[in-house]
Amino acid sequence: MTKRMPRSGWVWLAVGAAYFFIPLAATAEFSLKEVSGYGFSAYREILDDPQFRDLLWLSFKLAFGTIVVSVLILIPTVYWVHLRIPRLRPVVEFLSVLPFVVPPIVLVVGLLYVYNVNWVPVWFIESTRFLVPGYVVLSFPFMFRALDVSFRAIDVQTLTEAAQSLGAGWVRTLMRVILPNIAAGALAGAFLTFALVMGEFTMAHIALFNTFPTYINYVGQTKANPAAALTIISFGLTWLALLGILIVGRLPGRGAVQVGGTR
Amino acid sequence: MPYLELQKLRKKFGDVTAIEELDVALEAGEFLSLLGPSGCGKTTALRIVAGFERPTSGRIVVEGNDLTHVPPNKRDMGMVFQAYSLFPNMTAHDNVEFGLKVRRQDGAARRRRVDELMELVGLSAAAKRYPHQLSGGMQQRVALARALAIEPRVLLLDEPLSALDAKVRVQLREEIRRVQTKLGITTLYVTHDQEEALSISDRVAVLSHGRIEQIGSPADIYHAPGTPFVAEFIGTMNRLEATVADEGEVQVGGTLIPVADARGLPRGERVLVLVRPEIMELQRADGAGTSGALVGEVVAQIFLGSITRVKVDAGEHELSADLAGPNALELPVGSRVAARFPADAARVLALSDQPAEPVEPAPAGP
Repeated sequence: MTKRMPRSGWVWLAVGAAYFFIPLAATAEFSLKEVSGYGFSAYREILDDPQFRDLLWLSFKLAFGTIVVSVLILIPTVYWVHLRIPRLRPVVEFLSVLPFVVPPIVLVVGLLYVYNVNWVPVWFIESTRFLVPGYVVLSFPFMFRALDVSFRAIDVQTLTEAAQSLGAGWVRTLMRVILPNIAAGALAGAFLTFALVMGEFTMAHIALFNTFPTYINYVGQTKANPAAALTIISFGLTWLALLGILIVGRLPGRGAVQVGGTR
Repeated sequence: MPYLELQKLRKKFGDVTAIEELDVALEAGEFLSLLGPSGCGKTTALRIVAGFERPTSGRIVVEGNDLTHVPPNKRDMGMVFQAYSLFPNMTAHDNVEFGLKVRRQDGAARRRRVDELMELVGLSAAAKRYPHQLSGGMQQRVALARALAIEPRVLLLDEPLSALDAKVRVQLREEIRRVQTKLGITTLYVTHDQEEALSISDRVAVLSHGRIEQIGSPADIYHAPGTPFVAEFIGTMNRLEATVADEGEVQVGGTLIPVADARGLPRGERVLVLVRPEIMELQRADGAGTSGALVGEVVAQIFLGSITRVKVDAGEHELSADLAGPNALELPVGSRVAARFPADAARVLALSDQPAEPVEPAPAGP
């Protein structure tokens, strides 16, 4: 930071931090409370619950699946938009905001109609895989923005043409030249998507699937102290994902720092 | 047989015509520059040769093979871009190696070739550095090495020096010419900088509005511009509107001036007489004869280092004359001077269908 923060800035920062940390600290305190004194029995109860592990693992898998699908669809799309139809970038940007405007409840109700379509295979609608397309839509704004920023930081057209004039085809150009230079953005988008899926409740709940977020909800309604412990655990997971973004963004050598330095 | 041919190229982007018609043929090993102001179609032409654009009509032929519909990655053309074309995730070495990897050369041969090229462009010591650790000039050297590594049939350069400082620009253009001559590679060079084009090319094609105005050796282009546009675009030129008088004479204002180039033109025809400032001679006009000379008053002196450009207000014309420093000192601002030029050193162009003022505000280069 080049400029010193004025004194009023510190006041507002303190207010914001209090707003953020006091509920968190209260929850943490409550999660450690036992019949007499403090201890980790609430955490033990959660960690010993097989449902906790199963559903956490399930949500991990869903998050991973969502990230894979989303990256596979969006990297080529954003690449193409930047390379060939930059005029349409604002349109795509507008589309990317739609999941913020259309609530998940509308999305899932729409998705449920898929049950009525004959050609949709049973393996898709019978399991939690059903949730992945919805999650992909929800992650669109995060993934698109993360990728868009990365693509804007490089000269997509010149790099592509340079690779082609050296004899590279589309696949090699994408894998060897474009991907390494937007990897930091893709990873940031992946972490955001991970955090999103680990916390998405509405879709799973309405589609009658049990995932990690619905488990949090269930525990919250049945057991008081373990619910607080679970909240802290879940917060820790999300926080780790966000920390990942920061670390990836600052890695020396490969990644964003170097890309920035070339311009 | 020419080595690289741009045959009857036309290119339209929607309603906008980028290239009206372009016909250029390069001999093997020739260095040809496409020179013109921005929007003249020179970059579009280069991109069509590289395969990044499809011509609306016309063909690109190399060694008799029609490449017009061959995709860019199958053309074997080395291209150097304006800037920022190095792959930021690779070292200089890996950048140069990229095209060789695509061609599946084995590791040892690849390394030898990369070392050879890094040495050719004088960057052996910087091979392990990433593009962002290299200066702009070094980056362009690496880009040149990278383009040459694949032993391309043709080397294409798209204003490779325009993003560099003046000094590096001059150094690097000499470097490009040296490497090109050494390898004997057929080269198409695009620039808007006339000095650059004249200094490194075998031939220069001056483009305006998607057409070739003139094509020829740098000396031809400079000393014998074929059109008023070329005369205006290349270097500085005194333009005198005149009328053909008797055999080998033109009349400028009230003065009869001998001009060899006007011989054979019909009497009374309106012409443009073009004289380079370094050809123009100035003498004090007090007393001695001023016949055959344009008389005026020195209005400014511009110091240009080795020479001084003296501006003379001669009534309807403002003249420029480049004099050696000491000679200019004898003609301070306010002096009455007589301006002459050797009869065989001026160029005459028909003015009939040319508007009095150039249509285009031609940037005359730095």
